[in-house]
Amino acid sequence: MKQIGPMKVYPLLPKTNCGVCEPKTCMGFAVQLCERNFTVDECPPLLEEKYRENLVRLREIFTPPIREVVIGSGDHKVTIGGALVLMRHELRYTNPPAIAVVVDDSMTDETVTKRVQETNYFHYKYIGKILTLDAIAIRSANEHPERYARLVEIVAKSTQLPLILWSHNPAVIEAGVKVVHARRPLLYAATRENWKQMGELALHYRCPLGVYDHEIRMLRSIVKTLRVMGVDDLVLDPGCGFRGDLMETVSALTQIRIAAIRDEDDLLGYPLAGAPATLWEKLYAEGKDVVRWKEACLSAMMVVRYVDLLMVSSASKWSTLPLVVLRNNIYNDPRKPVSVEPGLRTFGEPDPKEAPVFITSNFALTYYTVLSDIEKLDCHLLVVDTEGMSVDSAVAGRKFTGAKVAEVVASSGIAEKVSHRTLIIPGLAARLKGDIEDATGWDVVVGPRDSSSIPGYVKAKWYGQDHTPGWSAR
Amino acid sequence: MGEDDGDLVRILLELISASGEVELQDIAIAAEELTVTFEGKAALSRLLAEELAVVSPETLLEAEYHPPVRTYPGSIVEVTLGAGRAEGGTRRHPVTIGGERAPAFHTFQEIPLHPPVIAGSIFDSAPPLPAPVRAFFGDALQDPCEWARLWVNKFGADLVDLDLTSTDPYIKDTPVQDAARLVEDLLQAVDVPIIIGGSGNPQKDAQVLPKIAEVCEGERVLLSSATLDMWKPVAEAAKRHGQVVLAWSPIDINQAKELNRNLTGYITPAQIIMDPTSAALGYGLEYAYSVIERIRHAALMGDKELQSPQAAGTANSWGAREAWKTDPTLGPRELRGPMWELTGSLAYLLAGVDLFIMLHPGAARTVKDIVGWLSGGSAPPTFRELIGVGK
Repeated sequence: MKQIGPMKVYPLLPKTNCGVCEPKTCMGFAVQLCERNFTVDECPPLLEEKYRENLVRLREIFTPPIREVVIGSGDHKVTIGGALVLMRHELRYTNPPAIAVVVDDSMTDETVTKRVQETNYFHYKYIGKILTLDAIAIRSANEHPERYARLVEIVAKSTQLPLILWSHNPAVIEAGVKVVHARRPLLYAATRENWKQMGELALHYRCPLGVYDHEIRMLRSIVKTLRVMGVDDLVLDPGCGFRGDLMETVSALTQIRIAAIRDEDDLLGYPLAGAPATLWEKLYAEGKDVVRWKEACLSAMMVVRYVDLLMVSSASKWSTLPLVVLRNNIYNDPRKPVSVEPGLRTFGEPDPKEAPVFITSNFALTYYTVLSDIEKLDCHLLVVDTEGMSVDSAVAGRKFTGAKVAEVVASSGIAEKVSHRTLIIPGLAARLKGDIEDATGWDVVVGPRDSSSIPGYVKAKWYGQDHTPGWSAR
Repeated sequence: MGEDDGDLVRILLELISASGEVELQDIAIAAEELTVTFEGKAALSRLLAEELAVVSPETLLEAEYHPPVRTYPGSIVEVTLGAGRAEGGTRRHPVTIGGERAPAFHTFQEIPLHPPVIAGSIFDSAPPLPAPVRAFFGDALQDPCEWARLWVNKFGADLVDLDLTSTDPYIKDTPVQDAARLVEDLLQAVDVPIIIGGSGNPQKDAQVLPKIAEVCEGERVLLSSATLDMWKPVAEAAKRHGQVVLAWSPIDINQAKELNRNLTGYITPAQIIMDPTSAALGYGLEYAYSVIERIRHAALMGDKELQSPQAAGTANSWGAREAWKTDPTLGPRELRGPMWELTGSLAYLLAGVDLFIMLHPGAARTVKDIVGWLSGGSAPPTFRELIGVGK
């Protein structure tokens, strides 16, 4: 990342310490700007006329090497690009890649509507967030402008998601964009053959434009030309493949991003698009699940290697779920804490005589997963300080030990809250049973390996006929 | 001309300077008084932009491109696992990993010298394994040697990783001698290099791993693992019997460095592989991903304490409930499970992992094929059989 020091930024700020912004002082704001936690426009006085030149200069300093591109309009848009760094630990990745599901005009209306609905309603609850899909790409399979316009109309009626109009035929794109230009779809894509007409359509309808070519030199050439035409809202696609051409695919994406960020190649400083959906044409004969499998592999690699817009054909949950979770993981802010406070958590109204006492690690992901599984029970949860490691890693790394459990048992005062002396430990920590019993003096029973089984376990074992040996000691 | 002619001239001059030229053709002006009204400068420049678009280039403008190659001061150490007859072992297919001089799969810079390899994971007593994995091994799950043969002969594993889980005093407390006998049987059963893991109980591993090093004399096995609180017995045994050590650290680059520093007092860098811990997809993958990427980057930038090849035990992906849970709304787990292991593995592959320890044959085989394609080779795909569809 281009390193910018606060001393370079501070002289351009109003230097009044007016206190309107959150950091309160101009120096504080300068530091936060350099950390990219704030943007230049979040200093209201800077918008006054007398600071105009400074504002322009500051915006220039903080322009990301990869431009941001907005697809869609109003409340229904997605922003892609804006990358600042090559490796996420250098700061963080910006704007998670948008995932678009593809429909085309060879499908029946029913298939199209079904797939659009699946995309609309795709969601997965993951540590307090809802993971979703972001856009619909409408592809022309048979280059028939009227048929395409009709398809665009059907899709537009069934979704508010941002749209991508996909054809290399300008007549087809024109037929489609006429229907939905107000929604500011991405026109996809300009090529070495059609660049002029596509550029004119993008200008006329004020829409962002994809640029496709398998040669990076040619991509630069098309971008350079489109910019002279006044088209600058671009997304670059160097093409993709999944066999012998997989090396080329990963290499091209990597090269473009390095050239743009490290070597400041302005002609390549745009978001990247990848279209694993194109595998379906090449591999269809191998069978649907096999193509979904390969499409998911290619998509995963593209999420890791810098792609900002992903167009996939499959909305099947088994292949899409790993992808949205991977995207969430890779685009998480690495500076965010990994751990939660160790100590006692109490849920519901636990009976002092018989409420179960569970134990888990203080790794945030583990904690929130367990939390969502037990919060409806009347129980206690002891959170061990495993230094932010999950249960199995902490057991292996000796961060989850009898001594650590004894520490939290003592500090939490759990002995005052329940009259029994039985702890339920995670199944993944089973081999610490003896160690924990020795260190705490409490009985230990081994609970399920996965916390989703806890409610059933409590009902059958803890309160049920088949009570555990530890429980009988109450 | 009226009073505004000064402004008009200025605007015309700006027009000319912006567009390069203004051409007036076939124009004859004969008038007493001429009034030209502009809506304003903004409107004019908008007009100008649209006019310019019309006179856009007729052909593509030329552009150059040179791949962004760079020279890194450091490189990854080459480590060989397994030894053939000439070196005093019995492995027919030793594998070498490491040797890279560029970040993972920056093939515009360098084709990988030793593409990453796959070890098939087996256990001396099978832990509760998910159904999609059990389906591929069946009865062999009760017989580690048969399990290993399937991995090598049917699923193309480059190595086999046997974890001696049952030696844990809290599980079965299998005696060291029995564990060693099983390892000797395994060496008979397969001719690929082997990885031998303890149970994770530090006291017991301190007895088990040195014994394994002894009975595997000459075979150059990978001892799994040395940790910051239990590395000396493993390092000493590796030194005495010429084995390789897996240095395990818990998603912490500083601990990884410290452990490598300790180990190099006993063994050579060519006897160390690092495992900085690979968390499952959705369960901390991002932290492990970044540690692996940072280690690789630091190594290439010249940090000698981090130049070992890296291993990832992505078999642990199956700890994620999304991988094994029976839930029709999430699709068939026969596909979802291996895809979970596979997705995490691919992220680690691109971060810089050289050795994968995997549980599902379909996921393993796919990583192997992808490594082949990414390295400029071609591998025959057998997906249909391996992901259990179309049977």
